[in-house]
Amino acid sequence: MDAKDILGLPKNSVTQEKKSRPQKDSQRKPDGISREVYALTGGLAPLIPAIEASQLKKRPPSDEKITWQWLPFTNSARKDNLHLYHWVRIVNGVPPTGDYSFAKYNKMWTKEETDQLFELCQSFDLRFIVIADRFPSSRTVEELKDRYYSVARAMLIARAPSPGDISGHPLVKEPYNVSQETERKRALSMVLSQTKQQERKDAEVLAEAKRITESRMVARGAEESELPVPSNAGPESAERAAAIPADTVSPSSNVQQHPSAAVAPSTITVDNASILASLRMLRVYLRTYALDQMVQAASSSAGLRTIKRVEQTLQELGVNLKPRVPTKAVCAEHLELRREILTLLNLQKQLQYKEAEGSSYRDGSYADTPGTPKHLSHGGDQDRTFVPDMSFAGERMGKRDQKRKAPGRLSEAPLPAHKRPRKSKAADL
Amino acid sequence: MSLTTSSRKQGENQPDDGASPAKPPRIKIGKSSEDSDKKGAHRRVKDVEICVPIVYGTIAFYLGRKASESQSHKWTVYVRGATNEDLGVVIKRVVFQLHPSFNNPTRVLESPPFELSECGWGEFEIGISLFFHNDICDKQLDLFHHLKLYPEDESGPQTTKKPVVVESYNEIVYPDPSENFLARVQNHPAVIVPRMPAGFNLPYPVSIESVNEREKGDTKDHPLSQWFMNFSEADELLKLAAARQQVQAHIVKLRRQLSVMDGPPPLSKQPTGYDYT
Repeated sequence: MDAKDILGLPKNSVTQEKKSRPQKDSQRKPDGISREVYALTGGLAPLIPAIEASQLKKRPPSDEKITWQWLPFTNSARKDNLHLYHWVRIVNGVPPTGDYSFAKYNKMWTKEETDQLFELCQSFDLRFIVIADRFPSSRTVEELKDRYYSVARAMLIARAPSPGDISGHPLVKEPYNVSQETERKRALSMVLSQTKQQERKDAEVLAEAKRITESRMVARGAEESELPVPSNAGPESAERAAAIPADTVSPSSNVQQHPSAAVAPSTITVDNASILASLRMLRVYLRTYALDQMVQAASSSAGLRTIKRVEQTLQELGVNLKPRVPTKAVCAEHLELRREILTLLNLQKQLQYKEAEGSSYRDGSYADTPGTPKHLSHGGDQDRTFVPDMSFAGERMGKRDQKRKAPGRLSEAPLPAHKRPRKSKAADL
Repeated sequence: MSLTTSSRKQGENQPDDGASPAKPPRIKIGKSSEDSDKKGAHRRVKDVEICVPIVYGTIAFYLGRKASESQSHKWTVYVRGATNEDLGVVIKRVVFQLHPSFNNPTRVLESPPFELSECGWGEFEIGISLFFHNDICDKQLDLFHHLKLYPEDESGPQTTKKPVVVESYNEIVYPDPSENFLARVQNHPAVIVPRMPAGFNLPYPVSIESVNEREKGDTKDHPLSQWFMNFSEADELLKLAAARQQVQAHIVKLRRQLSVMDGPPPLSKQPTGYDYT
């Protein structure tokens, strides 16, 4: 408006008229169809009308006389000459010609179709995916392949001077098997589209199978008092494993004292997958029971101290040690959290050891390595200021070099290596 | 409203219907349904886990003026569906094991709502054993609950108006149900059944005998329902997610620190392409 003022243009120009016109039009847009039906389309006509509005009102052309007759018909797709009757739409007394309309859906191959197929095969070099795409009537890749290979095979056999000549030909030796191919492709696509859950389940079963075969090997080895050969858990063992998981527990427990050190640890450390497998053997269980089992399995490789630290961390994070609402999702999250805390604690330990190494250098003869230790202590400070909430981490860094008076929460903070050699226990990881 | 309890001496407990003849299915479609019923009892559905969320616990009221030394509180112990739906669809019987000082300490409930009220003065551990229908499993599930009569907050006199409520949430999981069981409970509100794999056909559901005898077994309009606690997984999930985030962030930081400590990559004098000499 102001612009017009500035330019000195007349105020009531064309644009205003345009604005009022579309307003009125939309109110009486529908023409040929009722307003409600029009509203279903969104109240706005498509740019290119699919169906002319005028078409909807009057369909049958006035010059054609339509009658319906009850006539017999045959189906070229049938082999038994069955004669049936149906109503046929007659236009001006002329009945329609052509085969039964549904016959074209029959899977028979006509010479015409076969010729088309061979032409396409020639031009596309037997690339069946492309051929299937360009084939006029819809046929699956497997059908096309089947037709091509069976025709080619028949021709080969017919043209051969003697059957022995071509018996070595791959077309003759291994004819194309449609059902097998379809099945194979279906199985492949199933494997491809397997959900993570199914993958996990398969992994569980295989892990369980491995565990069972290994424990069986141990048992057998102990009986014959010779070193067990590492088992190759093949796919067949998976089926056996599914059948007998329960009785493997007893042989492995009897065998603990035998010196098969290489194999024993694998039976002792319980796999998460095998826990899941054993849970499924039960007819019924409580969700909390399942969670407890899995928590135990996850902490089986950790010492009691570490487990306590995990629980401390959980408390600091404001998480219940045992979930208050143990649904499937909550239990899964809880388990993952525990695992992540374990990872965190391991990393902290690694960091401490590294620092211990660094500080042992510092306290030794190497006075001129300012870079590393400075960085370490700086890192410690950084840690404290950045994460005030995670007090367990910060305090640990701070107390690193202090003399320990009483065993506190951080009683297990390791001192630099040269001050006191730390006994490392296999269990205390 | 009085809460009825049915108690029986343990000796009177009838053995389970293991050897009884096949119950006539309520809905019959020709002879083939019986065959498929028998097969369906044995055919198990893999990878489909049926889950029944339950809440069990106690509600205890101080009797106030009506209290005597030996009976100071009136309490109810129960097992209910987490959403107050009827648990009778899976649970056949619940046995509450009370303190031996009670008369007939083994109380058996044969139909929902699975609850029991008593008067007493002492706190003790109540054993709760769940027995499932024949087409589900023979194994029982045992729970334990500590009966709490006295409130945490010991300040002031006890009130008769507000009870002491302790409830626990849990889920009964059937990892590999029989086809019959699955067909029967598929659409029941008390039961959580995951989506079935495509093209899966279950036998026609055969209802169990007790259905027609039972009246309302759900606890939606239970007189004590105003005291029932709410168990929402949302809060816990949120808290867990937040905790995980924190831990993950810390892990990233530590990993970075560790990798830096392992030493920066060695300085190289190799021409990098910007060397014009």
